[in-house]
Amino acid sequence: MEFLRPATWDEALAAKAEYPTALPISGGTDVMVEMNFDVHRPSAILDLNRITELTEWTNDGSVVRLGASVPYARIIDELSGPLPGLALAAHTVGSPQIRNRGGVGGNLGGASPAGDAHPALLAAGRDVFVEAASVRGTRMIPIDEFYVGVKRNSLAADELIRAVHIPVADGPQQFSKIGTRNAMVIAVCAFGFALHPKNGTVGTGIGSAAPTPRRAVEAEEYLQGVLAERGLWESGDLLGAEVIQKFGELVKAAASPIDDVRGTADYRRHSLAVMARRTLTWCWNDYSKQIRSAA
Amino acid sequence: MRVTFTANGKPVEADDVWEGESLLYVLRERVGLPGSKNACEQGECGSCTVYLDGVPVCSCLVAAGQVQDREVRTVEGLTDENGELGLVQQAFIDAGAVQCGFCTPGLLVQTDALLESDAQPSDNDIREALSGNLCRCTGYEKIMDAVRLASARKCAGKAESE
Ligand SMILES: Cc1cc2nc3c(=O)[nH]c(=O)nc-3n(C[C@H](O)[C@H](O)[C@H](O)COP(=O)(O)OP(=O)(O)OC[C@H]3O[C@@H](n4cnc5c(N)ncnc54)[C@H](O)[C@@H]3O)c2cc1C
Ligand code: FES
Ligand code: FES
Repeated sequence: MEFLRPATWDEALAAKAEYPTALPISGGTDVMVEMNFDVHRPSAILDLNRITELTEWTNDGSVVRLGASVPYARIIDELSGPLPGLALAAHTVGSPQIRNRGGVGGNLGGASPAGDAHPALLAAGRDVFVEAASVRGTRMIPIDEFYVGVKRNSLAADELIRAVHIPVADGPQQFSKIGTRNAMVIAVCAFGFALHPKNGTVGTGIGSAAPTPRRAVEAEEYLQGVLAERGLWESGDLLGAEVIQKFGELVKAAASPIDDVRGTADYRRHSLAVMARRTLTWCWNDYSKQIRSAA
Repeated sequence: MRVTFTANGKPVEADDVWEGESLLYVLRERVGLPGSKNACEQGECGSCTVYLDGVPVCSCLVAAGQVQDREVRTVEGLTDENGELGLVQQAFIDAGAVQCGFCTPGLLVQTDALLESDAQPSDNDIREALSGNLCRCTGYEKIMDAVRLASARKCAGKAESE
């Protein structure tokens, strides 16, 4: 096995081109578990820790470009304002020690259906892009095209994740996760929700209840329709129990969960409907308050 | 491969390190710092917590090669200037928060980090900060006492020096 330690991004891309089977390591919170238990013996390990720009983020006022290795702890401390959904999701990851090391690049690299960043990224809108680069150039992969199978993403063998581009929140966002306790828990299932009043859309993201993280497309379309038809974006009026109920049912229907050690498919469907109703209610209440206080 | 880094302020060097090896293994088996404990090797228990460039992390999840030229501080490095037990270490003993002691090194580092950022944490802050450190013996009440004691002593020390 080789241990590659590129000092710059260009060196990292060159190394990945030369050793396409090399396993990138950033926070190591997934990679080292596999290494310690000998699940996986890659031909080489490609350490990204020396590349300081991966731990930086910028915000141009409309989009946050989040470096792949910005640890969750810093997302919570520094980006709760522009990225509230992702920051809430980050807060549920592992423990303080895990959040000091792990980041969104590693979550995307692993592409586990249980990864907590995914529902938040999906909910943040369709203009979320994974910036993937190789010696051949840079691609902006829409988040909806990123997850392709169980623990599989659409990166090519010579590509690395440089950053994720996430629109700055223009409305309330929420994240909800079911687990057996508060800390250190892999999701039984999770749900991310966001209101995007500027373009009159809503975002959803389902975690741990399908082979890949996925969006509840019909639920989004239904709710967008109701909000537009009834002029609710303008009025901020109550949604009504029927709408909330229907939204929950559509989210539930979008999932295709399995039975496993963490929970049954039925339980996952049930809890998704509950989380969908709750996060919608929380977000809408916040939004109504904003509208009323602006009026 | 060879890995050189700073451990508790001193330069150390480890040879013949396997590329997939963890920092925890290097600390315990190669550079004579067995204070950090290996209780799960999967980030779940926190017994291996050390400072890496000032940030508490699970050393079992850091690849040895990643610490090249960086600074590590372990439980052994929590003693005071004279090599006597440090404030947090003494508080754990005085509060009876150590039984088998396996979880203790990680708790000490994590508590030290908590009190560095907030010398007077609430009980909720303490629970949150220690949520990645498992103890199978004490039931956590004595650990809470120890952190509160360390906090009180730290604040008293600060007040005195002011
Ligand atoms: C105790 C424990 C608790 C956990 N709890 C949670 C949890 O609650 N929620 C959750 O979502 N996850 C959890 N995890 C999993 C893990 O912490 C996350 O997936 C984290 O986001 C991984 O980030 P990392 O930087 O540590 O990744 P690494 O382990 O360094 O890498 C993970 C994967 O991504 C690849 N990779 C990393 N960086 C890049 C890059 N720039 N370009 C391309 N590929 C890359 C690696 O090759 C690897 O396949 C937990 C892990 C542990 C050990
Ligand atoms: S040994 Fe590292 S967290 Fe348990
Ligand atoms: S004292 Fe034994 S595990 Fe904590």
